[in-house]
Amino acid sequence: MQHIRKGGNKVTVFREYPHKLSIYPLPPIQEVSLEEFETFAADRLKVLKAIELARIKFPKRGVEYNGLVNDAIRKYMPLSENDQGEDICVAERRKDHISHYILRLVYCRSEDLRRWFLMHELELFRFKFVAETQAQIVTFLKANDLSYVPIPNEEKAQLLPLLQASAGPTVSPQDILSEDYFKLPFLAALELVRSRRVYLQGGAVYVPRRELVSILSGVYRSRLSSALAQTSRALPNLEEDERLVPLLNALAKQYLGSDYLSQRGQVTGNITSEQVDGLSTTSFSPCMRNLHQALRGNHHLRHGGRMQYGLFLKSIGLHLDEAMRFWRTEFTRIMGADKFDKSYAYNIRHNYGKEGKRTDYSSYSCAKIITSNNPGVGDHHGCPFRHFDAEHLRQKMYEYGVASGGIKEIIGLVQGNQFQVACTRYFELTHKLPQGASPMIVSHPRQFYDESRKLLGGNDEQQQQHRSQLLTMREKREQFLAARGLPTSGSPGAHMSISYDDNFDEIGDISMDAATTEVLAAAEAAADFDDADDMDFD
Amino acid sequence: MDQTTVVRRAAPIDEDDDASNEPMAVIPSVATASASSSAPAAGSSSSGSAAGGKSLFSRKPNSAAVSIHSSDPGLEFDQLMRIYYSRLFPFKKYYRWLSYGNVQKHYFCNREFSFTLEGDIYVRYQSFSTEEQLRKEIIQRNPIKIDIGAVYNVEPKDHKQVRGPEFKAEEKEVVFDIDMTDYDDIRTCCKGADICFRCWPFMTIAVRILDRALRDDFGFKSLLWIYSGRRGVHCWVCDNSVRTYDSNIRTVLTDYLSVVKGSEKNAKKVALTNPLHPSLQKSLDIIEEYWEPVILGDQDILRSPAHIDRVLATIPDEDNARMRQALRNEWNTHPNGTSQERWKQLVQEVYLSVKAGKSYLKSTVPEIMFQFAYPRLDVEVTKGVNHLLKSPFCVHPKTGRVCVPMDVDSIDDFDPFAVPTIQELCSQINQFDAANPHATTDSGKKLQDYKKTKLKDFMSPFLKFLEPLESNIRDAKLMDMDKDGMAMDW
Repeated sequence: MQHIRKGGNKVTVFREYPHKLSIYPLPPIQEVSLEEFETFAADRLKVLKAIELARIKFPKRGVEYNGLVNDAIRKYMPLSENDQGEDICVAERRKDHISHYILRLVYCRSEDLRRWFLMHELELFRFKFVAETQAQIVTFLKANDLSYVPIPNEEKAQLLPLLQASAGPTVSPQDILSEDYFKLPFLAALELVRSRRVYLQGGAVYVPRRELVSILSGVYRSRLSSALAQTSRALPNLEEDERLVPLLNALAKQYLGSDYLSQRGQVTGNITSEQVDGLSTTSFSPCMRNLHQALRGNHHLRHGGRMQYGLFLKSIGLHLDEAMRFWRTEFTRIMGADKFDKSYAYNIRHNYGKEGKRTDYSSYSCAKIITSNNPGVGDHHGCPFRHFDAEHLRQKMYEYGVASGGIKEIIGLVQGNQFQVACTRYFELTHKLPQGASPMIVSHPRQFYDESRKLLGGNDEQQQQHRSQLLTMREKREQFLAARGLPTSGSPGAHMSISYDDNFDEIGDISMDAATTEVLAAAEAAADFDDADDMDFD
Repeated sequence: MDQTTVVRRAAPIDEDDDASNEPMAVIPSVATASASSSAPAAGSSSSGSAAGGKSLFSRKPNSAAVSIHSSDPGLEFDQLMRIYYSRLFPFKKYYRWLSYGNVQKHYFCNREFSFTLEGDIYVRYQSFSTEEQLRKEIIQRNPIKIDIGAVYNVEPKDHKQVRGPEFKAEEKEVVFDIDMTDYDDIRTCCKGADICFRCWPFMTIAVRILDRALRDDFGFKSLLWIYSGRRGVHCWVCDNSVRTYDSNIRTVLTDYLSVVKGSEKNAKKVALTNPLHPSLQKSLDIIEEYWEPVILGDQDILRSPAHIDRVLATIPDEDNARMRQALRNEWNTHPNGTSQERWKQLVQEVYLSVKAGKSYLKSTVPEIMFQFAYPRLDVEVTKGVNHLLKSPFCVHPKTGRVCVPMDVDSIDDFDPFAVPTIQELCSQINQFDAANPHATTDSGKKLQDYKKTKLKDFMSPFLKFLEPLESNIRDAKLMDMDKDGMAMDW
């Protein structure tokens, strides 16, 4: 153990794991027992899952959000200050280090997994960073070759009005004068540039110390991202290890990707183009119903709309020849048949995997619809809960037969960025289900459709049976929640409390799969939605 | 030779028409570019459209000597295009631009070009090793439209010889596309593909604002602004470092530069902070120059009830019912009020409300100004490294106008209707030749054809872009040579 004097504060440094904070530049080279391997990984996963849950349930980085995450960190991955003694510190940091590298192995395997891991690891890093003391941060930066030199005070004074205008209304000139500012190439601060949170001049940004975490996240992110890509290439070498492979596979399953995401190309049933009108009013999610209306109204949809709607129709069983008939009938009302054949028919066959790469494209999930390709002027795609303003959403909900009380509830959920929960509530309201009886948190328009058909399709008896099944499930769920003092269906996100709870096996025959799995998609959507933030990526 | 292949557009293409912004149909194969020497004769037999071009060609094999009779009813578009390519298209300067000083040897060879041939045949992944080859191929194949794509890791024409994922788009200029159709929700004059002198200033504002931000904020230097030939403008940012940006960085640029967001389902499309970010403040300064004469004057946005509604709908919810009503009543009782007068009333009304404590209206006035004047980017065009964009000096197939460079310093004077069409250019050559049969340059050389036409006016902005670009490249080369290990360019 070494003691270093620094600015009057005594900083204790251990040879191994000198800092609490790490961006894990080097892999652990030490023996790890299989038991440790398993528990370390599981504990880290619990922390990452807590972050995921917090993202869906609470406004980002609010009190409740921070509370949930910090609780999980304290419980599963505590990191003590150096004054707690070397033994404790090194043991905790070793666990942090090793578990991070195990999860790299687990989560490097696919784009989806990497994306999920990166997003949650970055958020974990941010949590640890903001908990650090100034002195610790300085030594951490030095150790990682990330030292930045503040601009001189004269320069700062000169730029003061510009810095203030960039900093936003809550920052006073005094705040700025008393805070260090760093001048960096804008490429080092992409997220701050994106959201115009810093002053940009001649390719250089002026970053206040309080935004430094953003810069470091950027550095960490790009390093981790390329490390994950590397790991995934190296993975085949490891797959021969009989002890590790089953463990890694088991861990990978903990990331419960939505069923709907993996049912690539699978088709539910068989519908004809004539049925679409009727089904669109009874069983389509609002995004699809809105697209259908736009198509019928304008006899045209722009590219984004054709993709979102076309792939959806395919996924619910509109076969290629029917699809061709469906689109042609509509489009040729405003254009010649040869224009349609030339400009659009290929696109439709392409969606069905009959052209080009011949990929059987899958339909868009809520996460994709909510986060990617925001609709612009003339577009009708997107998620009404996410992309409509309150007034238009209100009108649309009214038009779709939601009573004013329901509309109010939905608007409330939307204001808390709970778009998929809002859609779920819409599902309940339009299918005459009591609150909390929805069998899912909507994560895919196709799932909305399938569940709707279960309730509305079939004969009366089947419908009745399915309905009462849902109600029984709801009752059991409520009892379960109430018994644990958890919020019941009355509060949004109740589904997810169960899915997260360690003991959810106890619920017995209640199928929690939907609720559990949709956590993921909803989390991504909620996370990506906060575009002012730095953890989002494409 | 006669097999059919599927030409697909792996990357999206910039098109003026949303409708044709789509992968194309199955087409008869027009041999690959590399098989140039034997291609035209064989290719033309399978495509009726090529026959017309060929007959002209066979009559006068020396295309440079093709004489022009603009009154000749037989001169179809493709014939005019052939004349344009052989006599007017500035291959030399074009190559100087795209070879970037030949610092990287394969930069030009690895660049993708794609052609739209007659009959809507779309051929991607064309590439050329020299200026001469490019010239020859273009003249021979006479494309209706040329798109420029990315610089790949191998020559695009050989892309089938490498496995899919190993064929990578490595670099491209960062491009911006502003299209007047994206202004349809605020224009009061035209719709869709149409433009007029009343709405063109939207493009002027866009160029002013983006040019300033790209130069001052980001420090970019080599910007080429191009009129797209019909209803929009393109910007090519060509700095060395910029061309290497990945799609994440490109997206950051568009996010930073995008202010107007949302579809029809968002009445209010702009949300600003107070104080305004310095960059947006400078944009607002530019908007203010045009607000009175263009937006309130030419566009007259507060005249008709329908247009008034579009403006009033953007005033935030909590108050708009009352304020809307007050203003509407006022304007109903004074139906002859001008947009200028009404705007003053609106500003006053908002001001009073803010004073009365409605602080959420603080940004309302600038928000309206941004919504009705700030540039609207087609962000998809900018995002992808492999996205294709119509090449400068192309001819717009619908209007016949050349996609000419624009001089930012006199952008207010740019008149899209004064941009020459190929018909006009061809007859200008004729007129000039008739009047000056033996014209030479000062040094006694034969006068280049473009100098006989209005096209020469548009060459100076191109040179104004090209010459500093080349001297920057030279400087960089020199610096590279005596590099002492210091990083020159962060």
